[in-house]
Amino acid sequence: MNENKPVKHGPVWTALFTVVSLFWIFPIVLVLINSFKQKAYISKNAFSLPTGKAFVGFENYTRGVETTQFFASFGWTLLITVGSVVLILVCTSMCAWWIVRVNNWAAKLLYTLFLFNMIVPFQMVMFTLSKIADMLKLNTPWGLCIVYLGFGAGLAVFIFTGVIKGIPQELEESAMIDGASVPRIFFQIVVPIMKPSIVSVAILEAMWIWNDYLLPYLTLDLGKYKTISVAVQYLKGGYGSVDMGAMMACLVLAIIPIIVFYLVCQKYIVSGVMAGAVKG
Amino acid sequence: MISMAGKAIRRWWALFALPTFAAFIIGFLVPFIMGVYLSFCEFTTVTDGEFVWLKNYTKALKDPEFLHALGFSTAFTIVTTIVINVVAFAIAYMLTKAIKGSTIFRSVFFMPNLIGGIILGYIWLLLLNGVLAHWGRALTYKASYGFWGLVILVCWQQIGYMMIIYIAGLQALPTDVLEAAAVDGANGTQTMFRIIIPLMMPSITVCSFLTVTNGFKLYDQNLALTNGAPSNMSEGLALNITRTFYGRMGWEGVGQAKAVLFFILVAIIALIQNKLTTSKEVAA
Repeated sequence: MNENKPVKHGPVWTALFTVVSLFWIFPIVLVLINSFKQKAYISKNAFSLPTGKAFVGFENYTRGVETTQFFASFGWTLLITVGSVVLILVCTSMCAWWIVRVNNWAAKLLYTLFLFNMIVPFQMVMFTLSKIADMLKLNTPWGLCIVYLGFGAGLAVFIFTGVIKGIPQELEESAMIDGASVPRIFFQIVVPIMKPSIVSVAILEAMWIWNDYLLPYLTLDLGKYKTISVAVQYLKGGYGSVDMGAMMACLVLAIIPIIVFYLVCQKYIVSGVMAGAVKG
Repeated sequence: MISMAGKAIRRWWALFALPTFAAFIIGFLVPFIMGVYLSFCEFTTVTDGEFVWLKNYTKALKDPEFLHALGFSTAFTIVTTIVINVVAFAIAYMLTKAIKGSTIFRSVFFMPNLIGGIILGYIWLLLLNGVLAHWGRALTYKASYGFWGLVILVCWQQIGYMMIIYIAGLQALPTDVLEAAAVDGANGTQTMFRIIIPLMMPSITVCSFLTVTNGFKLYDQNLALTNGAPSNMSEGLALNITRTFYGRMGWEGVGQAKAVLFFILVAIIALIQNKLTTSKEVAA
């Protein structure tokens, strides 16, 4: 596009987008402001500033962290996300390579099943999946990684097979003639070529697993382990009113790591989005 | 024909294909097949199913709350698909031009996508209830409040995502066609509707279907923002199905039948998309 041609009324557009951007981040700023207010003032007037009697410092944070055991949830979420993403990357990239290079009836059947997996909504399997996970004792963070590998395999295999189909086979064949073993060929020749797509899939899966609510909620042994989303939802609890102060503090604590992650990996996140756009 | 490398690789199936496939069986295949089977059964857990033919399906289709949720989700999907795509396209179009600070604007618009649905729901619960408090009302006052609240939330969340896809599409447009149009004296409207939009159809198809499936699958935001209040009137399909499973004793079979219907709906949408995108590729 005409990237270098100056636009008519350029400064006007910049001003307009600045205003819209401020509106865009306003909800998050509002939560941040309210996290320093006493809970009675939050529901009374969400738009007032934390001044005078309303200001409580970090009281909401200490209470929120205590009631939700926020840092434990954070740790479990991190463990589940990193564990699942690593497992998904290693297993599905290998599987995708096997599917493309072998390409017999079994490989084709496998590929079709993975494609099918992509269009099935979670509600379809949630009841049976949570019961099976319970029976097989997969209701721990480690077990959950296997569940994520199983349910999330479709998209990763789909993206990886697309990439591998574009890699010429001659390279692998000549390595084979030189006497390299099959695993060595995969990890030393194929994986380096696949690197950009591996990063994209990692981002895509990490965004999904980190934020997922229903699967961990139904599968995990909630007495022992909670993810951040589950812990936040638990704050709402059964009958009593919500502690809005603790809620605001937990929301802020949940958002901060995401924003840090975003600022660090912005480039990769955008490429991940593009890779994910193929998903139906 | 199988290549030499292929033959050697095939023997390594236990290392390369088996781990993923084993997890796939546990995490998807068995739950799916059992799910389909159980939708024809009355059960409270996976092992005590009693075959009842189509009873669950008739019960599901006669459940007024399910039909209401279907209507709610459909209306929600139509509104969000239109709003998100039009706004995202417009923003993407402006931000591909040389506007000062456009990279910062892109980052800002995209950011809400990274935040989980539950967290987003509570962020907007605070904001929307804060606004409604001026009239002494809350988001759960009427179903339409919840509906529009969800629309605002989801637009805020997804506009940035679709914007990224549109920006990539716009940047890949062939410049010679646009220059030719300018030389021929096409005005802005003509260029937009006769050249840019037709060339952008692949991106528009992808984004439309993403928003449609997201609209029907919406769960977390719905749960956190309204949880169906008042009296399940602001409840989408996914939330209704989950509540049927876990909130109504003895309705597990009906919940599973609803889930199968939901799956068929989503699958049909995916198949239509697949047809459209592949036919576009042939035509291009």
